[in-house]
Amino acid sequence: MSKSILISAAGLTRTFGSGENSVIALNDVAIEVQAGELVAIMGSSGSGKSTLLAALGGLDSVDAGVVEIEGRALSDLNAAESARLRRQSLGFVFQDLNLVSSLTIRENVALPLELDGIPSKAAAAQVAAALEEMSIAEIAHRYPDQVSGGQRQKAAIARCFIGQRKILLADEPTGALDSRNSEDVIRMIRNKIDQGLAGVLVTHDAKIAAWADRILIMRDGAIIEEINSAAGVN
Amino acid sequence: MSIRNGLLAILSLGECHGYQLKHELTSRTGSVLDVNIGQIYSTLSRLERDGLVKQKTLTPSKDGQQLFVITEAGRTEANAWLFDPIADDRDVRNDLATKLALAVTLPGIDVAQILRKQRATDIQKLQALTLAKRKAKPASPAELAAVLMTDRAIFNLEAELRWLDHIEKILGETKARGLDTSLDLSTYEAKRGRPAKSNDKKIGETNV
Repeated sequence: MSKSILISAAGLTRTFGSGENSVIALNDVAIEVQAGELVAIMGSSGSGKSTLLAALGGLDSVDAGVVEIEGRALSDLNAAESARLRRQSLGFVFQDLNLVSSLTIRENVALPLELDGIPSKAAAAQVAAALEEMSIAEIAHRYPDQVSGGQRQKAAIARCFIGQRKILLADEPTGALDSRNSEDVIRMIRNKIDQGLAGVLVTHDAKIAAWADRILIMRDGAIIEEINSAAGVN
Repeated sequence: MSIRNGLLAILSLGECHGYQLKHELTSRTGSVLDVNIGQIYSTLSRLERDGLVKQKTLTPSKDGQQLFVITEAGRTEANAWLFDPIADDRDVRNDLATKLALAVTLPGIDVAQILRKQRATDIQKLQALTLAKRKAKPASPAELAAVLMTDRAIFNLEAELRWLDHIEKILGETKARGLDTSLDLSTYEAKRGRPAKSNDKKIGETNV
């Protein structure tokens, strides 16, 4: 049986500006990511990799093309439905500024559950488990500016996967971290993906991309190359 | 690392016989220095000739094994090797670097394609190494040595990939400036060398 495709897109096209000054940020891009699969997107600045990630997450509109999350096309949903689907299915991690500075690490991780109206007792147990899994339980009571960059990213990942979220969209999640912390963070992402989730990761760091099952190279808004790990994707 | 220095460093821990040294060298270098026993013995005899090791007894033990012991001079050499920084200039002739430098000067060669293929190969290698590392949980000094070797290969590949990106950028800028990077054959005339036979094909008439 083929694995389920958690996120897919086809014909994604996006142009910024108009006339002579227009820039094609996405040029007929298609992508599919299965459960248990991590896909990395690489490319030089301006190649369209972050625009693609934003389009997949519904953070940015496209001129043409379809994005489907867990089999549902974003374009078929009204604004409220689309927002709910994104909140319940997708988790985002950026290079920085992932957390709300006035909330503790624990409160930050619990935030999506609170927004979903999960009773606080049930939420507390999930949050405790997530903090434990990311090895940040001991800093749960601190505020984001009281912990290290690596710990902040681990909290962002914990928050990203809390609840029933199955899809991670990450834009340079290790961009602000040193080599050791980068490896911890990508290892945690990989462990979560191996539990049957799906992830798309934008990075310029080949060491990080190498944790993915597939690496897509983008240039001028198009995927120009796809590199599969020699072991292959099951 | 030369086998010579590796053997000296191991012998500085205590006396060893040949097979033991072979095993020690393998387990302490993540199997990178897995050399055959003949090479171990030929290296030992050169070390003995140079006064850096000596045989413990003149005749082998009952089981046929000869024990080797490091000398003071050998210990000094092992320490010098461990603590002197390595000034490695062999990389100047790195095959990829020289290939790319030469390719840039060849008219009609698509260097971008060479870069693309190299990048894809490097990334696949990086993925394979990363997979090995993902599964590794170093619980012993020998496993830690193996992880160090894997990490070294990963960092080297990452550096090579960044360098490939850099070359692509430089070539792009050069092209944008309208500079032709190809170099025609020079008119340099050899004063010595094999004289051309009259029926030889001239260079340039052969297929590129």
